[in-house]
Amino acid sequence: MVGILISRLIQAITVMLTVTAIAFLMFRFVGDPVQLMSREDASVEEKEELRARLGLDQPVYVQYARFIGRVVQGDLGMSFRNQREVATLIAEKAPATLELVLIATTLSLLIGIPLGVYSALHPNGVLSRAIQGVSLVGISVPTFVTGILLILVFAVSFRLLPSFGRGQTVDLGWWTTGFLTWSGIKALILPGITLALYSLTLIMRLVRSEMIDILSTDYIRFARARGLPERYIIFRLALRNALLPVITVTGLQVGSLIAFAIVTETVFQWPGLGLLFMQAVIFVDIPVMTSYLLLVGLVFVTINTIVDLLYVVVDPRLRARAA
Amino acid sequence: MKTGTIRRKRLPMPPYVMAAALVGLAIILAAILSPLISPVDPTDNASFNLIDAELPPSWLEGGDPRYLLGTDNQGRDLLSAILYGARISILIGAGAVLLAATIGVSLGLLAGYLGGWVDALVMRIADVFLSLPTILLALLVAGIARAVIPDADSVFWAPIILIAAIGINEWVQYARTVRAATMVEASRDYVRAVRIMGLPMPSILFRHILPNVIGPILVISTINLAAAVLTEATLSFLGVGMPPDYPSLGTLIRIGNEYAFSGIWWITVFPAVTLVSLVLATNITGDWLRDRFNPKLRGSK
Repeated sequence: MVGILISRLIQAITVMLTVTAIAFLMFRFVGDPVQLMSREDASVEEKEELRARLGLDQPVYVQYARFIGRVVQGDLGMSFRNQREVATLIAEKAPATLELVLIATTLSLLIGIPLGVYSALHPNGVLSRAIQGVSLVGISVPTFVTGILLILVFAVSFRLLPSFGRGQTVDLGWWTTGFLTWSGIKALILPGITLALYSLTLIMRLVRSEMIDILSTDYIRFARARGLPERYIIFRLALRNALLPVITVTGLQVGSLIAFAIVTETVFQWPGLGLLFMQAVIFVDIPVMTSYLLLVGLVFVTINTIVDLLYVVVDPRLRARAA
Repeated sequence: MKTGTIRRKRLPMPPYVMAAALVGLAIILAAILSPLISPVDPTDNASFNLIDAELPPSWLEGGDPRYLLGTDNQGRDLLSAILYGARISILIGAGAVLLAATIGVSLGLLAGYLGGWVDALVMRIADVFLSLPTILLALLVAGIARAVIPDADSVFWAPIILIAAIGINEWVQYARTVRAATMVEASRDYVRAVRIMGLPMPSILFRHILPNVIGPILVISTINLAAAVLTEATLSFLGVGMPPDYPSLGTLIRIGNEYAFSGIWWITVFPAVTLVSLVLATNITGDWLRDRFNPKLRGSK
């Protein structure tokens, strides 16, 4: 177990070093920072001085080491566009995105798993076929189109739900939440559904195929022969095993979730990290772009490492193999 | 690849695949022929007038028979804009697929033929690309391009950047498929023969091995075209794609989205319906082709 832990940690650190290297290269070489930060009529001496002050006259590896040092201390530089600390910007926007992702993940698990189990138990039922058909169409409809359609129906036609923003939020000092006001909750519904749809389809299909496989195994047949209650067989014996790959896939889906969050936040003008990144791309705000890249890398690596370890904890066979 | 044995079991084309293929072909044909069949040229400033802006489709109250699907915020004929937009979307998608196929096939041939550390390196890079979400990588490429190229929004640069940003994502599947097929081919007698004849490696790879591994590439390309068109639309929608004066379908949806809230739904709905029909049709056709010609590809990305 300790061996697995150490090897996973080394892997995670290697990946993070690569990501910081890419971020550093972007930060340092995409556009000249001196050019971007100095006045237009700055003299050559002034530019040289700024260059020295930023440490840009040092060898590249020294610059890279300093860059990592700054990043570890949470100093991500200043946004070119807002003239504010990137770290502050990220801290401000993170709650919006995290709440959205939380809602979307909860929705996709709460709806996806039961639908998957149902269509595995009745593979030829009318409802199962309908679900399969809808999910095929769902995969072909891009996230932003789903979002726009939801806005057109629920915000424009029926005027039930807000179409943009977070509604009223409550400031808890270090966290702004939309969960505590009615308008904040209403504002979460449409973006939450939009973001959930993709992973919902995926989880549903996965649970369905896993359940179908597991229900035809010997131990299930044996449990049936023993006359165990059907409910116990399906939920305690079969579903538990079917959920193993769901853990992995949910973990691996973090990347897509981040990508779809960018799109969803743009459609709904949701003031989160995705929208921040999108504006950084449009206005060429390199420090924000690199910081977002670092953050995504960190989230990605952390979750993947946790999922790997979780898998070892859940599945005893893996432990035996590694030992 | 014993394609002969697979071909013998001819699966009939189910009606819904037929319908999808027809719809897809119709849209692609209409898009390619758009300069001939569309009512006006929407990229020509003289063809539209602000007075006609935001007219609803012709069958609704207030509609104008000159504009079948209505007009956009600048008074452009929406039908023409969609046809031209679909053409731009498809051209960029095809360009991206071509780029991805070129990169992927070359790397796949090299990795499969040479093996050893080249193979390990290519496959390792492929794994990294596979774990990155398409949109995120494409946005990064677009972002860097915007920083390096001053007029990245221009009609000249925007398509090039889009093709690069999308193409760089999709080469992995080509590389993996071609690599596997090349490894099989490389041990065959004809390859040994041309090697003994002393042919240069590029000639062995592209003139002799490539024709034998190209079958699955065409099938992958159909599905990748749908994915590329979708990615292009998403990027344009997000604001890093085609500029509004040369709109792709994604740009039109983006423009329309800004007006949707005031009840002007047609600017965004019609391009969206076109996009979804095109992608769905290509996906259904591609899936069928894949199962028909190479069931082994099933389930890979």
